[in-house]
Amino acid sequence: MTTTVSIDVASCKTLAPYVLRPPRDARPRAARKTVRKKEMAVEPNDKQALNITMSAHLTAVAERRDVAAFEELFRYYGPRVRAYMARLARDGQLAEELMQETMMAVWNKSAQYSPDKGNVSTWIFTIARNLRIDAYRKANRPGFDPNDPAFVPADTAPADQTLEGMEDAARLHEAMAQLPSEQLQLLKLSFFDEASHGTIAETLGIPLGTVKSRIRLAFAKLRSTLEDKQ
Amino acid sequence: MSIVHHLDDDVLLEYATGTLAEGWSIAVATHLALCPHCRERYELMELTGGALLDTLEPVPASPDSWTALMARLQDETGAQPAAATPAVPPNGGQPVLPEPLRSYVGSDVDGIAWKSLPGAAQFLIPTSDGETMVRLLRIPAGKPVPEHTHRGREFTLVLSGAFSDGEDVFRRGDIEVADSSLMHTPVATPDADCICLAVTDAPLKFKSWMVRMVQPMLGI
Repeated sequence: MTTTVSIDVASCKTLAPYVLRPPRDARPRAARKTVRKKEMAVEPNDKQALNITMSAHLTAVAERRDVAAFEELFRYYGPRVRAYMARLARDGQLAEELMQETMMAVWNKSAQYSPDKGNVSTWIFTIARNLRIDAYRKANRPGFDPNDPAFVPADTAPADQTLEGMEDAARLHEAMAQLPSEQLQLLKLSFFDEASHGTIAETLGIPLGTVKSRIRLAFAKLRSTLEDKQ
Repeated sequence: MSIVHHLDDDVLLEYATGTLAEGWSIAVATHLALCPHCRERYELMELTGGALLDTLEPVPASPDSWTALMARLQDETGAQPAAATPAVPPNGGQPVLPEPLRSYVGSDVDGIAWKSLPGAAQFLIPTSDGETMVRLLRIPAGKPVPEHTHRGREFTLVLSGAFSDGEDVFRRGDIEVADSSLMHTPVATPDADCICLAVTDAPLKFKSWMVRMVQPMLGI
């Protein structure tokens, strides 16, 4: 870990989004992955700054029931969650309702967000996903419980998970931009349209085995990018 | 003893995106509770979901959306933020069944009312997905489960003891994903009974005509 941003929640809150700008990638230029010109526009550090800002807002909601911070979260995530819901809901009103439900859950469950997981977008995605399953399939989604005595924890906990989570999210954006388009398309179909891999294979007119191998390749690439970070 | 039989990316992804039906998801979530390796891979997938959410073209909320949300917040201002779920105090040591499986079963292994099968015992776990059959199997030490093929896929997750399937030994936390092309005869290792979670998407089709004859009566 080469950067040393400390996240002061109290002072972050008063700053406008994007103002907090962590140091740029401090690794020697040669150690960085070659980035094609087009992808430079992705600006992973913007994503990292966004994560830090949103994390501070969410912490303010959890600790102080801060409505202004909640509005910032709503202005950024509301329209995105609505877009996510609209991928399955033909009815705009239903997408709006599910978005509102998601944001209410963000307000009510904010204490369960742990900054050491680092990424607000991921946390909100999981809430939205579970509400969408509930709404469309009327089904439960069983999940594991890290507080369960039978839960097997990982051997090693990274020293600074907060920052690591933030950096991972930023680096992931960068890595995703470099995936071959057919792999990225597959990820989007999987996450947004909640299509089974069999359905995706039919839609795209490719064998199921190809769908599976593209998924394997995509995550192998994303994993290696994150493991590469030292 | 570390886990050597893991889940493939495509199954993990279907669980991460929410596509996987409830029955399969019970096996995946229970494996994840026992397997830090797969959990790390799964967390990358959720991280990817969050990153993709960032890239979605925003759909503007209704003009009165924030006002409506504020009104709901006002109604709930008295409510304290929900705290994270507290750990259930272990009732004398570590449970054999991790969550979410233990809640589905309603107890740990000691409290299970096993139903006997020819050469094994089972406990059916009801789900609401209408497409899977989920059950715990208890195979006596050293005994095989009847030879069978499947019409679809089958997830088998070992919870206690071990079984051997030809070359491979599956121990606590190991998961076997089989499809219709696999003919296998899992045999419990001789040291102890093997308890495993079996999820199938179709009733098992036993090869032996004798077992097949009694299958409708046993409801398997």
